[in-house]
Amino acid sequence: MNNATNESPPKYELGAHPDLPPPFATSGPIKWIRENLLSSPTNIVLTVLAVFFLYKIIPGLASWVFLDATFDAASRNECRELGSGACWGFIKHRWELFTYGFYPVDQRWRVILAFLLFVFVVVVLLWENCPFRKTLRWFAIGFPFVAFWLIVGGLGLESVPTDKFGGFMLTLIIGITGIALSLPLGILLALGRQSNLPIIKYACIGFIEFIRGVPLITLLFVASTMLSYFLPPRVEFDLLLRVLIMVTLFASAYMAEVIRGGLQAVPKGQTEAADAMGLKYWQSMRLIVLPQALKISIPGIVNTFIGLYKDSTLVIVIGMFDPLGIAQATLADTSWQGPSTEVYLFVAVFFFISCFLMAKYSLYLENKLHTGHKR
Amino acid sequence: MSIGTAVDNKSSVPARRNFVSRLWNDKETRSVIIQIIALALMFAFFASLINNAVQNLDRSFSYEFLGQPANYDINQTLIEYDSRSSHLRAMYVGIINTLLVAFCGIVLATVLGFILGVLRLSKNWLTNKIAYVYIEYVRNVPLLLHILLLHGILVHSLPRPKNALNVADGAFLTNRGLFMPKPLPEPIMWAVIGLFIAGILFAFLFRRWAKKVQDETGKIYPVFWISVAAIVVVPVIAFFILGKPVAWDTPELKGFNFRGGMVVRPEFMALWFALSLYTAAFIGEIVRAGILAVSHGQTEASMALGISRGRTLNLVVIPQALRVIVPPLASQYLNITKNSSLALAIGYMDVTATIGGISLNQTGRAIECMLIVMGLYLLFSLLISTFMNWYNNRIKLVER
Repeated sequence: MNNATNESPPKYELGAHPDLPPPFATSGPIKWIRENLLSSPTNIVLTVLAVFFLYKIIPGLASWVFLDATFDAASRNECRELGSGACWGFIKHRWELFTYGFYPVDQRWRVILAFLLFVFVVVVLLWENCPFRKTLRWFAIGFPFVAFWLIVGGLGLESVPTDKFGGFMLTLIIGITGIALSLPLGILLALGRQSNLPIIKYACIGFIEFIRGVPLITLLFVASTMLSYFLPPRVEFDLLLRVLIMVTLFASAYMAEVIRGGLQAVPKGQTEAADAMGLKYWQSMRLIVLPQALKISIPGIVNTFIGLYKDSTLVIVIGMFDPLGIAQATLADTSWQGPSTEVYLFVAVFFFISCFLMAKYSLYLENKLHTGHKR
Repeated sequence: MSIGTAVDNKSSVPARRNFVSRLWNDKETRSVIIQIIALALMFAFFASLINNAVQNLDRSFSYEFLGQPANYDINQTLIEYDSRSSHLRAMYVGIINTLLVAFCGIVLATVLGFILGVLRLSKNWLTNKIAYVYIEYVRNVPLLLHILLLHGILVHSLPRPKNALNVADGAFLTNRGLFMPKPLPEPIMWAVIGLFIAGILFAFLFRRWAKKVQDETGKIYPVFWISVAAIVVVPVIAFFILGKPVAWDTPELKGFNFRGGMVVRPEFMALWFALSLYTAAFIGEIVRAGILAVSHGQTEASMALGISRGRTLNLVVIPQALRVIVPPLASQYLNITKNSSLALAIGYMDVTATIGGISLNQTGRAIECMLIVMGLYLLFSLLISTFMNWYNNRIKLVER
């Protein structure tokens, strides 16, 4: 058949002619370019503008970030001698500070172990086909206590004061604790807001609207300056604990609103049917309403998680050393003084990766749980 | 309670047990009991908080410090203020600065957000992907980081006042801010401003009248162009006819810095741009979702009726999309206002930094100051959400 094209046109029986390839301009990359970049005059103008924009941005950025950059230098001055681009030397010299903050060097294995356990728990919880998943899930319940013991110490381990925590470790601690606690609290608040009992309902509305009306920064100020006035005399609360409580309360108010949206989307007939079956309030919520409501509100829930995770950077205003705090400390160091762009970009990359992964997992979950009719 | 316990206790206190369990099993009384318990718990909680506060405070709760001199300087003041002014005055300066950055942020974020949303829907693969990358980067990085990054870039990459960038006639861009000529209107200038306001009023009334005429007769007036003419063209012509009745106070380099004119400080610029660029990414996604929510059949039906593409967009697609867009947009506006409190990190003196920051530290009156700050933010939130609710009610679907 292949040789036939070069020789005289062969004879085919009726209907036996092999398919000809599509015309050159209507297939492959040419077609793609014509359809996606040059389909109309506006489109052509947009393409030209976009290409010009990229041409202006990309080469300069690439040479600054990679080509002219210095990756191995002990100080900003050394960087200036070695290259004209970005100065990434601080990463090599300070990554331990960025990761652990001021956690004692000889105890850092505990943080690493806790982190590995966390990764293990996440794998068990998120990967449905994980072997021994049923048994291992029990481990997930015990994880918070084990992690607390490992990181804070006590019971045979040297205890580490929480003001030594810092860096990415602190972000993860605030983020994970906040996420784990704000979801159940948010569910309770959302149910409370939908409740038939007026006092409970208005208490929940008051709490949610108050928290949503003020910025997190003011709540953190309350945690750091005011809270001690409202506790019995001589009762001391750890600052990190106070911050965790505030961040959790803050996120749970937003979570409650997201879940309320989901609850409102569940048809009333579902609750009525559950009542008719003789299910008690908590049974009907647990078995009928919440599974449907939570499924609908997954995107909102994950958005709140991401928001909480990003908001954990605000702790620098009350003097804690999360990655941004370490970045500022780095910039205050005489050997790294100067343009702050590289240092902040480094922290930005960390946040981008973790938040992007969360968002992608939420998309996957949405698609998996989308049991309705898809168009 | 379950039947088992009732049977077990029957011998000891049968009547009472029955009574309690009957109360508990009755839906109405049970809800009353739960509420009484909740109320009592809340009451006890707040009472203990107040009791502790009274015990811990060795001084009285008072706002007298508001009248005392603040003794600190503020770098951006739109009303008169110096370090001898009172804490109350400092609070006003802070409030105005917060409202200024929130308002500017809302305007810029809305414009950028709508542009991003449209780009994200564009059929052009390249612009679509550029918008996507931008939105993903911005949304997944904390706002505080954006603010610090932008502030750092502005302060470090802009030139010192000595070799300032002359961006326009009399306007200089330096790392101390953007220095611009300050208009000093002569008395006759107020006539131009009056014309401008009259133009807005006229455009508003004309729009109503044109709509009425269209409803009655079907005649369509070019409302947009006539409004533009009334609001912009007429005052501009009047401005030139009257011989440009404005004197300019241009900034001049004296010593190490510019004097005179007005200045937009790098703190304000960093905060404003960061807030707008960050929120624009969220608004872009909201706009995209809103436009996608209008079913394609609507556009097709409109086209089938022979309505032009521009009118289809104006009369069919946008009104329906707005219904989906406005509620989440309102919460983004609230977010901008609340996030403007991050100004603290770069030294822009908003209400959190003045009364909730320096005043608090100087006077030590934590409870009083934080109550003011929280109350103010609650007030701002309330005002914005009232306005957006009003707007939402105006545009929402009128059903039977």
